[in-house]
Amino acid sequence: MPHDHDHDHEEHEALVIEDEAGNIEAQIIVDALQEVLIRKGLLTAQEVTAAIAKLESPGIHLGAKVVAKAWTDPSYKQRLLEDGRAAVQELDIPVTEARIIVVENTATRHNLITCTLCSCYPRSILGQPPSWYISKAYRARSVREPRRVLAEFGLDLSMDVQLDVHDSNADMRYLVLPEPPTDLQMRTAAELEAAITRDHLIGVARDVA
Amino acid sequence: MRVLALCKQGHVRIPHYIRRQTGRVVNYCGTYLNPEDLAVGNTGGKAVDLYRVAFAQTALWPDEHHAPQDRLIIEIYDHWLAPIPETPNAP
Repeated sequence: MPHDHDHDHEEHEALVIEDEAGNIEAQIIVDALQEVLIRKGLLTAQEVTAAIAKLESPGIHLGAKVVAKAWTDPSYKQRLLEDGRAAVQELDIPVTEARIIVVENTATRHNLITCTLCSCYPRSILGQPPSWYISKAYRARSVREPRRVLAEFGLDLSMDVQLDVHDSNADMRYLVLPEPPTDLQMRTAAELEAAITRDHLIGVARDVA
Repeated sequence: MRVLALCKQGHVRIPHYIRRQTGRVVNYCGTYLNPEDLAVGNTGGKAVDLYRVAFAQTALWPDEHHAPQDRLIIEIYDHWLAPIPETPNAP
């Protein structure tokens, strides 16, 4: 194939290593294990498919719903900051995490979430993490030089704003509560939810347009 | 608090960059089964206290670009923490 197309080369490490035939080593092992378990009658293919569907069903829309609700309902916001898990469950969202800690951005404080040891992420409300979140580059640099990382995401954080980086290294999971847009009252809940991105909820973006 | 540098093998959730550093407890998170036990199938171990501890970024990575008030907040299990006298530069 001629290399004349215009595209962005992936700068982070690949998530999986394929050989020239397109085989993925870990996938080969998983496939073999699954085949054995199915043959032994310990598992069915349908159960595997259902488990994958369950893993993939949560998405950013759930986190956005939580944030939009907090912006428009002060007592809900209070409960969310006190006990994130219980407040998320109030919206009929199933939570698998032990606890969700909601960290609030203000005019003088910004929050950034990372997991330096692996890929801990509030999957119940944000779905699966983006590939950059689990890259070694982000995991190392988000704690060491977070302001430079934010600048690469297009966020030049003022030195007057305190930056809190949260390493979700153990049992807690974190959600950033961004500041609401200034024209909050003019928008419907659906419009607010649509304006909230995954990057806002991880903290690599700040202002909700 | 000071984070201890326990030479533990296995599934340890305390990254090296935070060991021997001093910070301030900002949050008590409750008790959790110790991941160091869970990883080797020991689900009957004692639940341990978990804290969120804040550290001054300027102390952790003095050569990098931080605002003076920037913090790193991380979860530390009780057996990795030792109390120390109040220090003026704690976050």
